[in-house]
Amino acid sequence: MIPALLALLSCQLAGEAIARVLPIPLPGPVFGMLILLCLFIAWRPFAEVLRPVAQGILANLSLLFVPAGVGVVGHMSTLGTQAVALVAAVVISTVLAIAVAAATFVAVAKLTGAGDE
Amino acid sequence: MNDLASFWSYLSEGPLLWLALTLAAYFIGDACFRWSGRRPWVNAVLIAVAILATILWATGTAYGTYFEGAQFVHFLLGPATVSLALPLFDNLARLKRAAVPAIAALIAGSATAAGSAVGIAALLGVGPSELASLAPKSATAPVAIGIAERVGGAPTLTAVLVILTGIVGAVAATPLLNAMGIRDWRARGLAVGIASHGIGTARAFQVNTTAGAFAGLGMALNAVATAFVAPVVLWLFL
Repeated sequence: MIPALLALLSCQLAGEAIARVLPIPLPGPVFGMLILLCLFIAWRPFAEVLRPVAQGILANLSLLFVPAGVGVVGHMSTLGTQAVALVAAVVISTVLAIAVAAATFVAVAKLTGAGDE
Repeated sequence: MNDLASFWSYLSEGPLLWLALTLAAYFIGDACFRWSGRRPWVNAVLIAVAILATILWATGTAYGTYFEGAQFVHFLLGPATVSLALPLFDNLARLKRAAVPAIAALIAGSATAAGSAVGIAALLGVGPSELASLAPKSATAPVAIGIAERVGGAPTLTAVLVILTGIVGAVAATPLLNAMGIRDWRARGLAVGIASHGIGTARAFQVNTTAGAFAGLGMALNAVATAFVAPVVLWLFL
C-alpha cells in the first residue's frame, strides 16, 4: 500500500510542477495521470503494484465530491436572481451534451469501422 | 448537560467529527442507492450533501469548520485523478482504436455543452459575467475555475455550476442513453465524462468499468478542449 500511495503522490507532485512550468491550462493531477500512464506503458508490472490502491480509490470516487458539494449549498445564493435561468441552462445543456457526444461517437465509429472487438 | 455542551464544542471544533459525519452521510447515501435497486436518480453524492448541509444548518456550523475535517476526503481528489491512469492503461488498445470517434465526440460534446448553456442563459436574460462563469462548467472544477477567471467570470459561481453540472450528468446519463438506445459502453462513458467531468465519471464507474475508463478519458480531454471552446462561445454570444 505504501509504495502505491507514494507513487500516486509522486506523480501528482511531478504533475503540479509541470503545471507551473507549461503554459497549458490543465491542473497538476491531470499531468500526474499522464505521467503515471507513461510509467505503466514503460514498465507493465508497475500497474499491478498500484492496482489494489488505485481500484480502491476509484471504486469510491463519488465520496470525494461530497465536501465540495456541501460547499456549493452554502454558495447557492451566489446564483442570485438569475438562479432559475442558470439552473435551466445547466440541466438542458448537460443533457444535450451527453446526447450529442454519445450519438457522434456511435455515428463516427460506424463510419470509420472503429468497432470494439 | 454542561458536560455534553463542552464535549460538543470540543468535537465540533476538531476534524474528527466532520470527517466521520462525511463518511456516515455518504454511507447512508450509498445505502439508499443500493436499496432503491441502483436507480440513477437516487444519487449518493446528492443525498450525502443534503444530509451534511442540514446538519451544518441545524448546528449553526460554518463551512470552514466542516472543511477542517472534510479536507482529508477532498484531498484524495488529486490522487484519484492520478489513479485514472490505471483504467486508461487497461483500455489503451481500445482507446487507440476509438481515437477518431472519440475526437469527433469531444469536439461535438464540448461545443454543445458550452454553446447550448451560454445560448440558453443568454436567451433567458443572464448577464455577461454570469455567462462567463457558466461557459466552462462541463470541465473538471480546477480547470473550469481557471478558465472562468481568464474570461471574466466569478470563480465561486463557476464552482457551484460545475458541481450542479456533474450531478445533473450523473443522474440523467443512464435514463437518457437507455432511451436513445445507445449500448456502446465506450460512447456512453466518453459522453458522460465530456459533459459532466469527475462526478459523471464516478457514476460511470458504478455502471461499467469500460464506461468508467472512457469517462475518465472524456473528462481529461474536455479539460483541454474547454480552454479553447469557452472563449470562442463567449465571443459568439457577447
